[in-house]
Amino acid sequence: MHVEVRNLNKHFGPFHAVKDVSFNIAKGHLIGLLGPSGGGKTSVLRMLAGLEAPDSGEIRFHGQLVNQLPPQERGIGFVFQNYALFKHMTVYDNIAFGLKVKKSSKAHIRKRVMDLIELTGLSGFENRYPHQLSGGQRQRVAFARALAPEPQLLLLDEPFAAIDAKIRQELRSWLKELIENVGVTSIFVTHDQDEAIEVADEIMIMNQGQLEQKGTPWDIYKHPQTPFVATFIGESTLIHQIADLRGFEEARRSPNIQALIRPEYIEIGDEHEFNVISATEQGIVKQLHFRGSEWLVEVEVGPYTLKTYRSLEKETLRVGQHVRVLIHRAYLFNEDNSWMIENGLKTDPMPIII
Amino acid sequence: MDLIFENLTFLLKGAYYTLLITVVSMFFGFIIGVIVALARLKGNRLIRGLARIYVSIIRGTPALVQIIIVYYGLVDYGITLGPLTAAYVALSINIGAYLSETFRGAIQSIPKGQTEAAYATGMTPWQTMRRIIFPQAARVAIPPMGNTFIGMLKETSLVSVITVTELLRSAQLLVAQYYVYMPFYLSIAVMYWIMSTVFSSILNYVEKRLSKAY
Repeated sequence: MHVEVRNLNKHFGPFHAVKDVSFNIAKGHLIGLLGPSGGGKTSVLRMLAGLEAPDSGEIRFHGQLVNQLPPQERGIGFVFQNYALFKHMTVYDNIAFGLKVKKSSKAHIRKRVMDLIELTGLSGFENRYPHQLSGGQRQRVAFARALAPEPQLLLLDEPFAAIDAKIRQELRSWLKELIENVGVTSIFVTHDQDEAIEVADEIMIMNQGQLEQKGTPWDIYKHPQTPFVATFIGESTLIHQIADLRGFEEARRSPNIQALIRPEYIEIGDEHEFNVISATEQGIVKQLHFRGSEWLVEVEVGPYTLKTYRSLEKETLRVGQHVRVLIHRAYLFNEDNSWMIENGLKTDPMPIII
Repeated sequence: MDLIFENLTFLLKGAYYTLLITVVSMFFGFIIGVIVALARLKGNRLIRGLARIYVSIIRGTPALVQIIIVYYGLVDYGITLGPLTAAYVALSINIGAYLSETFRGAIQSIPKGQTEAAYATGMTPWQTMRRIIFPQAARVAIPPMGNTFIGMLKETSLVSVITVTELLRSAQLLVAQYYVYMPFYLSIAVMYWIMSTVFSSILNYVEKRLSKAY
C-alpha cells in the first residue's frame, strides 16, 4: 500500500502534538518512526490507524482519502506496545479472530492461522492463553494476529518496548525478515535509534510534533538536516563556533553555521602520535565508558565535550589526563545547506573512512 | 421438631416462592442493569443523566419503601398489581440499579487497548462489545453479581409485607397458627443458609471455570 500524508495536525487540548506533518511511504517499505518520548510518533501512528482523528490534514491509502474511515475499514494491522491480546482467547483464537470477523471459511481460517503460527515460531502453543506465554511469545502472537487478515498496512507501536534486551535483539532480526517475506508496507514507532537503524529501510525522525527528516539510516547519519537530527542519531557533539578550532578557520566565511563532530572524526593521543601538532587541540579526559570492545572517551576541548572511541589495544587513559585531540573533519550545516569540511592543517590521513 | 416436619411442605412452598422471586427479579434486573450500564457509558447527555438519576434514587431509598410504593402507591394512579407481580417489578427495578453499577465498573475495567485491538482486527463497535468486552467484563462482574444474587435471596423476605407467601411469610403464618416462634424462624434461617451456601458453591465453580483463561 502506498501511504500519503499531507499537513497532518493534532491537538490534545492546548498541546499541539502533531504539527503539519507530511510524508510519502512507498509500497512494501519498512519505515521506522523515530524520536524522543512525546515527539508525536504514536499520535501519527494512531491517526493512520483511525484510532485518533486528525484536526486537519489528509491521510491517503493508494490515493484514497481515509480520514473518515473507521479503523475496521482501513485494511490495517496494528501491533500494540502492550500487545493487547484478547486474554479470554487462546493463541489460535486470537490469531483467527480477524478472519472470523471477515466471515472467512473455516478451512481458510485454519490454513492461514496454522501458516502464521509456523511463520512466527509458535507451533505447539495454539491452545495456550496469553498469560501462559513469555513476553517474546506474546509479541509474536500480536504480530500474527495483526497479519492474519492480510492487511495492506502494518502499524507497530514500540513493538519491543516491553521485552528484555536479549530477546529484543532476536526479535528485531526476526521482524525484519518476517516483513520482507510478507511484503507488507509497515511503519513502526520506536525511540531506540539502534532499533530503527537495524530494522528500517527508511527512518522518519520526529521531534516536538514535527517531522525533522526522512531518509535511509545511512543518509540520516551522514547528512543530518537539523541540529536535532544531528545530535539525536549517533554519539556526537554540536558545535556553534567551529571556526575557533584549529584547522577549521575557513568556516568563518559561512554565516550562521553549526558543526557536528562525530566520534569517528576524532583521534586522541600524546604529542608524539601526531605529525602536525598545530592541527591538534589540548584536551582533558572527562569520562571513560567501557563499551565491551572499546572505550567511549569524553574529552573536554575548550567549552566543548567531544566524544570519541578508543581501541582496547591502545594505552588506557585515565580521567583528568591531558591529551592532544585531532579533529579530522566536521559536518557543517545551516538552514539551506550541509557539507563536510576537512581539518586544513593536518597531513595524516583520516584513520576511519566515511 | 415435629411441628416443622408436619409443615415442611408448606415451608418448602415458601422456599419455592423465595427462589422464584429471586430468579425472576434477577433475570429482569440483569436486563435492566445491562441497559442502564450501556446508557451510562454510551448514551448521550440526556440518557446518561436519566440513567444516573434512576440509579441514585433506587440506591438512595430502602427496598422496602420501593416495594410498598409499587404495591400500594401505584393504586392511586389506577395501576393495580398482584402481590407477586408487584414483588417482581419492585425487586427487578431495585436489583437493576445495583447490577448496572456492577456492569459499568466491569466494562470500564477492560483496558481501552482491547477495544482498539478489536477495531484494528476489523470489528465494528457492536461486535467489539459483544465478542471482546462483554466476555471479559463478565468475568469481572460475576463475583459481585453472585453476591447481589445471594443478597437478593435474603431480601425477598421484604415482600412478606405485601402478603406474598414466600419463606418468611410462611413462617409468620405458621407462628400465627401454633403460637411458637423459635422452631419456625430457626428452620427458615437454616433454609436461607442452605440456599445461600448452594449458590455460593455454584458461584465459586463458575468463577473457577472463567478464570481458566487468565
